[in-house]
Amino acid sequence: MQKVVEKSPKVALFATCLTDTLYPATARAVVTLLERLGCSVEFPLDQTCCGQMHFNTGYPDHARGLAGSYERTFAGYDAVIIPSGSCTGMVRDIHPQLGAEPAPTYELSEFLVDVLGVTDVGAYFPHRVTYHPTCHSLRMLGVGDKPLSLLRAVRGLDLVALPDAESCCGFGGTFALKNADTSTAMLSDKMRHVLDTGSEVLTAGDNSCLMHIGGGLSRLRTGVRPVHLAEILASTEEDPWAPATR
Amino acid sequence: MGTRNPVTWLGSPKFPDAARTALANTQLRSNLRKATGTIRGRRAAAVDEMPDWEDLRLAGEALKDEVLANLDVYLERLEKSVTERGGVVHWARDAAEANEIVLRLVRETGSDEVVKVKSMATAEIGLNEALEAGGVTAIETDLAELIVQLGNDRPSHILVPAIHRNRSEIREIFRREMPDVPEGLTDEPRDLAEAARAHLRRKFLSAKVAVSGANFAVADTGSIVVLESEGNGRMCLTLPETLITVMGIEKLVPTWSDLEVFLQLLPRSSTAERMNPYTSVWTGVTPGDGPQAFHLVLLDNGRTSTLADEVGRQALRCIRCSACLNVCPVYERTGGESYGSVYPGPIGAILTPQLVDDPHDKQAASLPFASSLCGACYEVCPVRINIPEVLTHLRARSVTARGRSPESIAMAAAAWVFSSPSRYERAQKLATFAKLISRNGRITRLPGPGAAWTSSRDAPVPAKQSFRAWWKENRG
Repeated sequence: MQKVVEKSPKVALFATCLTDTLYPATARAVVTLLERLGCSVEFPLDQTCCGQMHFNTGYPDHARGLAGSYERTFAGYDAVIIPSGSCTGMVRDIHPQLGAEPAPTYELSEFLVDVLGVTDVGAYFPHRVTYHPTCHSLRMLGVGDKPLSLLRAVRGLDLVALPDAESCCGFGGTFALKNADTSTAMLSDKMRHVLDTGSEVLTAGDNSCLMHIGGGLSRLRTGVRPVHLAEILASTEEDPWAPATR
Repeated sequence: MGTRNPVTWLGSPKFPDAARTALANTQLRSNLRKATGTIRGRRAAAVDEMPDWEDLRLAGEALKDEVLANLDVYLERLEKSVTERGGVVHWARDAAEANEIVLRLVRETGSDEVVKVKSMATAEIGLNEALEAGGVTAIETDLAELIVQLGNDRPSHILVPAIHRNRSEIREIFRREMPDVPEGLTDEPRDLAEAARAHLRRKFLSAKVAVSGANFAVADTGSIVVLESEGNGRMCLTLPETLITVMGIEKLVPTWSDLEVFLQLLPRSSTAERMNPYTSVWTGVTPGDGPQAFHLVLLDNGRTSTLADEVGRQALRCIRCSACLNVCPVYERTGGESYGSVYPGPIGAILTPQLVDDPHDKQAASLPFASSLCGACYEVCPVRINIPEVLTHLRARSVTARGRSPESIAMAAAAWVFSSPSRYERAQKLATFAKLISRNGRITRLPGPGAAWTSSRDAPVPAKQSFRAWWKENRG
């Protein structure tokens, strides 16, 4: 993949439909973080959705249209940053199968570590945190320990390893609805492991998985809060993270 | 379509319903968690010590693809070499034909009993039931198959069909069903194995006919290969006078030396062993040594139609190792019976619907949806079957076969919204009304299909302002 080499790369943010609509604080955090690191961030307003839900549920024709829109919206950018492993996987692995040629697209932690070459982003987050490696970031993208290396460099952050971290939380898009009972059985084991760490915060690179695990943690009143990786990395001593007001 | 393909069990509910029942079985959950967890760890260790594992996987994939691309050539080559060495080759289009051939061959020997080596192909065609209907008793000699057979149970795993049973349950099955069960049988694995050994030994010594499957068949030489761990296979393959092997047509390798790749891939992936304990190879008939009559039944049963599907055909690379079952988070919780087929787990979810080859079979059509697409199966597959790719491919096939549905209308509506930034923006504004059903910052109950979500999770409350609206206001 082509790498961005300019001193101040001009990049586009693809917020994803889920984060744009339900978790805008994550997208604002990406902008804050990338600008702090010297990037100039654009948000092309023609963007909507990558088509993953359609493709994975068995509607590739609808997904094909959305892959085409993505290609046109981001044509000409050196890099598109997505705060989601699974949407990045959809764009990079599946869009070409659907006949689209997307601009170079990176999941946030990949862009920070591989392209910008930073692990210490100057963040401050004084909380006990555990990290769930989401399936698509792990297996489709192969982000490896990039998110962990970013978290380890955050000042004040107490990182606790999540037992059985690599097993799926049970979200799987429409799987969570079509096979709700099985999904819940997977979720319950994931929540048990999260609680075992004694963490206040659960983080990941995907708001979809966090919505799922977080929805379960909230239902059980566990008091553990899901926070996207971008929000932790954007937090500083001068401008510390605060829960989003809704 | 003629007769029903017995690859799925008659009357099995669709996956979500079968899974709901299985998930409520706490004993099953505990047995599976323990068993799959143990075997997962052992496999990972056995694979990690191989520096060339990825190369082996690539070689396995390439060999299988070569066979599948030239299957007609290799099958005829196999037929020729088996025949030259004194074997008899039979061709079976489907389960009914295969069962008929085997029953006829057994009857011709005058025997009314066969001993069996564990075999997926014969389970797939429901051979035991067909033999029983024809007055022939089939005796399973693999320990786990014996447990399933005695317990009048269904296999729930490709390699360990009794994985859903723990040792005290096995003791109860033996005490209840084994005619010559020793008194005071404990639930020590050693004791249980000894009871099975004594029971089976009598059968091995008396049986005139054996039925086996095949792990591999070498087209060049006509050699058939069976891998097993208990020695029961070796007994069945050498003692009886007649040997009948039922083999799926995709089980071929071109040459003898190609086995080198698979004899490394299979044991480490399936039982986490460095070398397989009992590997039996035979070529036709050897006068004065072993069975003096050898029949090879080549089974299609949906394989040719699977081969015609450019994406789906990779499922035919499968060497039945079960690694995908052991790492699957869905299988680990629902067990094998929920899949309603002799092929459970991720490989079953892509193989069963293709072998059934009936888009209107709702049970089979539900199987490709029994996955969160986490990709753990693809990662461990020794022949690199991209199971998630085939799953989404088969989902699209199911959707097309189903035609118009509330879901397809909703999906079309969503695509229509997403295809226009202004429509999308208006939909985002509408979504903020969901706030009205929230209480104390939580949505605990959604209407319609969303109810399945809120059965166990709170739903997120949409933000007052979308990111897009914020950007327009502050940066636009």
